[in-house]
Amino acid sequence: MRIIVKGGRVVDPANGLDDLRDILIEDGRILDMVTPGAETGFYDGVEIIEASGLIAVPGLIDMHVHLREPGEEYKENIATGTAAAAAGGFTAVAAMPNTIPVNDNRSLTEYILNQTRLTGVVRVYPVAAMTMGSRGDELCQYGELADAGAVAVSDDGRPVPNTEVMRRVLEYSKVYNLLAICHSEDLDLSAGGAMNEGTLSTRLGLNGMPVTAEELGVYRDIQLAALAEAPIHIAHISTAGSVAIVRQAKASGLPVTAETAPHYFSLTEEAVIGYRTEAKMNPPLRTRKDVDSVRQGLADGTLDAVATDHAPHSEIEKDVEFDRAAFGIVGLETALPLTLDLVRRGYLSLSRTIALMSANPAKILGIPGGTLTPGVAADITLIDLEAKWVVEAIKFKSLGRNTPFEGHTVRGRAELTMVGGKIVQSRLN
Amino acid sequence: MQAPPRLKGREVFFGLDKGLKAVEFNRKDLLGMEDLSREEITHILDTAEAFKEISEREIKKVPTLRGKTVVHFFYEPSTRTRTSFEIAAKRLSADTISLSASTSSLVKGETLIDTVRNLEAMKPDAIVIRHSSSGAPHLLSQQIKSTVINAGDGTHEHPTQALLDMLTMREIKGKLEGLRVTIIGDITHSRVARSNMIALRTMGAEVRVAGPPTMLPPQLEEYGVEIFHRPEGALEGADVIMMLRIQLERMKQHLFPGAREYARYYGLNPKRLELCAPDAIVMHPGPMNRGVEISPEVADGPYSVILDQVTNGVAVRMALLYLLIGGERDT
Repeated sequence: MRIIVKGGRVVDPANGLDDLRDILIEDGRILDMVTPGAETGFYDGVEIIEASGLIAVPGLIDMHVHLREPGEEYKENIATGTAAAAAGGFTAVAAMPNTIPVNDNRSLTEYILNQTRLTGVVRVYPVAAMTMGSRGDELCQYGELADAGAVAVSDDGRPVPNTEVMRRVLEYSKVYNLLAICHSEDLDLSAGGAMNEGTLSTRLGLNGMPVTAEELGVYRDIQLAALAEAPIHIAHISTAGSVAIVRQAKASGLPVTAETAPHYFSLTEEAVIGYRTEAKMNPPLRTRKDVDSVRQGLADGTLDAVATDHAPHSEIEKDVEFDRAAFGIVGLETALPLTLDLVRRGYLSLSRTIALMSANPAKILGIPGGTLTPGVAADITLIDLEAKWVVEAIKFKSLGRNTPFEGHTVRGRAELTMVGGKIVQSRLN
Repeated sequence: MQAPPRLKGREVFFGLDKGLKAVEFNRKDLLGMEDLSREEITHILDTAEAFKEISEREIKKVPTLRGKTVVHFFYEPSTRTRTSFEIAAKRLSADTISLSASTSSLVKGETLIDTVRNLEAMKPDAIVIRHSSSGAPHLLSQQIKSTVINAGDGTHEHPTQALLDMLTMREIKGKLEGLRVTIIGDITHSRVARSNMIALRTMGAEVRVAGPPTMLPPQLEEYGVEIFHRPEGALEGADVIMMLRIQLERMKQHLFPGAREYARYYGLNPKRLELCAPDAIVMHPGPMNRGVEISPEVADGPYSVILDQVTNGVAVRMALLYLLIGGERDT
């Protein structure tokens, strides 16, 4: 089976490439890239995908999603979540462990991988829990989890409160090359909070979560990683202070990486006005100053990845009083245009954008993908940078409709998503 | 005192001897003082003043809201506000029904939206809601066509309380503009304080708030109020002192170490009252913790207008029901 992706502008930051190329694909792998019109040797029975006017990039990788399977399949499942990923241009996602039951053992990890084989359309990399049941007190069997296919461990959504336990998590997980992905938050300080603490929380009469709760967590986890001499990845950075802490840690040579999510550089806390639960997530939306710092952090290399923290919920969790509503929003189907917006605003180059959404997540997690180097699996996303469209949650492939971007006109869209040479989503004729 | 409101013929039919027009207040809901202009507040207070007389009659009932249905939906315990709303609606001849969380389907797991949509299907004209979650009335107002009146939501707003407080102040002091009002207590958790700060600033009063920093929310100064950590400075020359109820369960949240210490350092007692203007009035939204935020001598003393507040509560709520669901409405 041979395919040519013809005439696209190939942006492959891992190879420093940004030029017109025809991509030659054979048996699901990238065979070669040639200048358009060059002799390919591909003649009989070759499928041609016309990509002129489009950007061809290594398949996007979202290193932070919640697929809700097993346990909460009414919110999302591997079939719908991976379809949403494909629709958004992602060819791989890392699935967080806060399923029911928690992914803290080999059989759960294997179950997720099996379900992916049966129902998934993009690659799913399970992230296992740091501690049993994510209760924060007992380490999981990281060796077994790694053998089963887990690529990282995380305390996402339920930070490990005990610093001694966290130290051991960091020390023990590195043996198996399982990166620790930290949801950094001081739970005492943010307890009961429903939004960012500040002017607006005072005005709306909602309990606030101060930026300090996140920043203490980020600082704590980085210091513990330094003590454990282990690499660490900080999830969903939302504050100016957190960006500064990561910047400083990197400057002092610590092996720290960090991600942020599109909503943290696209929206401020004002999106909550009117008690809009679709703008409620943890960490919460912050202020203009924080948004600016997060953008700056993405631009200057402090932040390494854009990850969505795709957190689907049903109306059962969201159409309720604000303080009772679940935290989290969906992100897979809006992440690309929101990140491309930073290109138009002059913060990012196109190449940097693809690094943040593909090359870097692959490198951080130590998984394949993130590049179009000949020989690798043909995970490719074709992007129309100019396509204008209106976000309509009802059209999402995700079961989750909880987006604060409903009705927003955005620019940029994944026109085709290919995983291992197989087209899993296409808007092309 | 304020000039009496304009007289119009039609309102005589409604049992009013002073005429008022509903069209000057063309709103579906009352969710918070944040939404109201100075003119609207003045209009509500003028209307309430006119309604006070009805409660002084031997037959305390006018036909104004005959055929209208008002649902009082109290998801959180309340004696004063609930009774006050009930009496207000009944004096205007509205049919009223009262629901609490324990008698509604909420205990069976029904969501707030579903419960209220069901109520809505029975075509009430207004739903008066008290709820422990900030923003609950806003959630309703987006979902239903009936008028929604906020009777206190979480730690957000309690607009009818602010209105009755202002009616009381205006009655006694003759004006709101320039009045020095001091609010003392747990501002963070007080919807009464929020509604009063917003409304009093809108009306041009000078507002001071005092409490330990543990009880003051972030960026409080953005309300345009002067902030004190001890009551003494805040009481200096005050015309109105509003003491807030201290919720003893807040001790668990480390907001203060105990009732005795609070009474001693923040409570309003005769000695602290001497710091205020000689004709100062003392207010409290109730329920009071006698001997904690307010000493019995002050609560029952000559400066206390706490029971006038309660009386005015009925008038303010009658005025609001009338303005929101009474008479004909311009579209």
